[in-house]
Amino acid sequence: MLMRSAPLVPGDPQAADAVVALRGAGFGYGDRPVLSDVDLTIHSGEIVAIVGPNGSGKSTLMKGVLGLNERTSGSVSLFGVDSGDFHDRARIGYVPQRHTLSASVRATAEEIVSTGRLARVGWLGRLRAADRQVVARALEVVGLTDRASTEVSTLSGGQQRRVLIARALAGEPDVLIMDEPTAGVDAASQHVLADVLERLVERDVTMVIVTHELGALERLLTRIVVVDGGRIRFDGTPQEYAHARDQVHHDHDSHHHDHELDGHASLAHGPFDTTHSEGRRP
Amino acid sequence: MTDLLTVDFMQRALVAALLVGTVAPMVGIFLVQRRLSLIGDGMGHVALAGVAIGLVTGTAPVLTALVAALVAAVVIELLRTRGRTNGDVALAVIFYGGIAGGVVIISKSPEGTPANLMKYLFGSILTTQRTDLYLFAGLALLIALTTWVLRPRLFAVANDEEYARAVGIPVLPLNIVLAVLTATTVVVAMRVVGLLLISALMIVPNAASQLVARSFSSGLRWAIAFGLVSSVGGVALSYPLNTPSGGTIVLLAVGLFVVTAVVTGVLARVGGRRHDVAERHEHEHGMECGHPAVPHGDHVDYVHDGHLHAAHEGHYDEHGAHHHEDSLAGLDGGSAPDRTTSTRGTRP
Repeated sequence: MLMRSAPLVPGDPQAADAVVALRGAGFGYGDRPVLSDVDLTIHSGEIVAIVGPNGSGKSTLMKGVLGLNERTSGSVSLFGVDSGDFHDRARIGYVPQRHTLSASVRATAEEIVSTGRLARVGWLGRLRAADRQVVARALEVVGLTDRASTEVSTLSGGQQRRVLIARALAGEPDVLIMDEPTAGVDAASQHVLADVLERLVERDVTMVIVTHELGALERLLTRIVVVDGGRIRFDGTPQEYAHARDQVHHDHDSHHHDHELDGHASLAHGPFDTTHSEGRRP
Repeated sequence: MTDLLTVDFMQRALVAALLVGTVAPMVGIFLVQRRLSLIGDGMGHVALAGVAIGLVTGTAPVLTALVAALVAAVVIELLRTRGRTNGDVALAVIFYGGIAGGVVIISKSPEGTPANLMKYLFGSILTTQRTDLYLFAGLALLIALTTWVLRPRLFAVANDEEYARAVGIPVLPLNIVLAVLTATTVVVAMRVVGLLLISALMIVPNAASQLVARSFSSGLRWAIAFGLVSSVGGVALSYPLNTPSGGTIVLLAVGLFVVTAVVTGVLARVGGRRHDVAERHEHEHGMECGHPAVPHGDHVDYVHDGHLHAAHEGHYDEHGAHHHEDSLAGLDGGSAPDRTTSTRGTRP
């Protein structure tokens, strides 16, 4: 039996500050839902981590919010508008997971970041002086001002991640949605990256960070959502998360019987226990 | 050369070469970026069917080729988006169907001699008519303008299609526009370069330009330069050499690519010997590292214990001691006396 964690969504879903609101939403590709029955409201100012092991459905959830896959059920509203009627997509800053940037042709960091500004300019896509300033500021926030004219393929993995963050910032979004910003980035760069995100927190940027490891980011979070087996298993503050995790670890130590872990198993095999993945699902 | 310019058909061929040399690499850079380098080749195949229909029905072959290539362009782009599994095979069917149909239909026309077919396939300086030239100029202008206006968006879509979709850039319409631009380029280039070699003039100048470029915009400029040299040079050479212009143009482009590859390779080696890697770093230089930043040519150096560090491909290069401008020359020798050996962990 799986634990159906009661939706811990605080406040009124129709609240004016709801950035993203999902009601009984299911997402997938074709007619096979990967994720179903999701109730989740993210408010302005929150720093939310969506965690879960690989294949848990967390990326599907994120792509569903971005409109990159098919919604199989329920409803999605963005900034209070049904996602079908929502056209101001520039308000959502997307930082995808990319291992290489523009490997096929040469491009500078500034050229890549400028593409993030396009959603905010007219259909001719010409950047004016004010737009170039926004691009320059975005590069500054991620600490890459001195690399603006560097060809991106010569940048380190961590720097390329920051280029992608700057690209999203260039659209002056109201929420940043990041896919595995720290994956495959060495420890030193992770700290630089966490510093960058901290600067964004200081600027009251709402963030949704999809990740399989909290690592250096944990100190920034206001809320943790655990996704596993295509459903939301936990939704609460980092303190509640730590508490729930300790409980499960305690149970685990005293019993050593996987079947007695029941639904809590999904917590035990959360992002801190990625090595144990057997016996997680009944 | 003055001789060449006085011959009527040469004037027309050179003007056509000028148009093609500019426009083909402009469109080609986006095909290279999207890893669709061979799509122009396929559209050339389909355009041959259009030429054949024109010859049989007595319509201008340029117009029928344009219609065939445009229809193919839209169908191809829709297939690429919709068909997930067999899109690739479907493209092959369209391309080979086009060229096979073209060859068979041309054989039924009064002008269907092997020599005539060769002209369409490999280009000829003799075939550009005056009326064609006006049409080519109009189409080339249209291609250049559209590409220039849409360049930022075409770049964004080719660079990261998923991201473009997420932020609301119209991805499919832009991809169809690029396909239509490719098809139109194929037709403009048909006379001088030939339908089997058109794709080369879109791609090879870009292959060469990517060896020297440091940004997308410089890549585009270099590609147009290489394209113009190849196309105008190729047409000019094909007259005294009495060779098909398309083949001459493409050989020239390939030659430019090889020379560029050798030159940049040699320069990189020479540069590599002078290249002096700094000690390992625990931190990354930047706005907040505390090391003073010093502009140095096209980049920024950081003063680290009295010597300059410059970022280079994931490590730092020594750019000599600070306050000693002439010490840069000393790098050739490989060892500047004032270089400290280890400053590990000197984060302020």
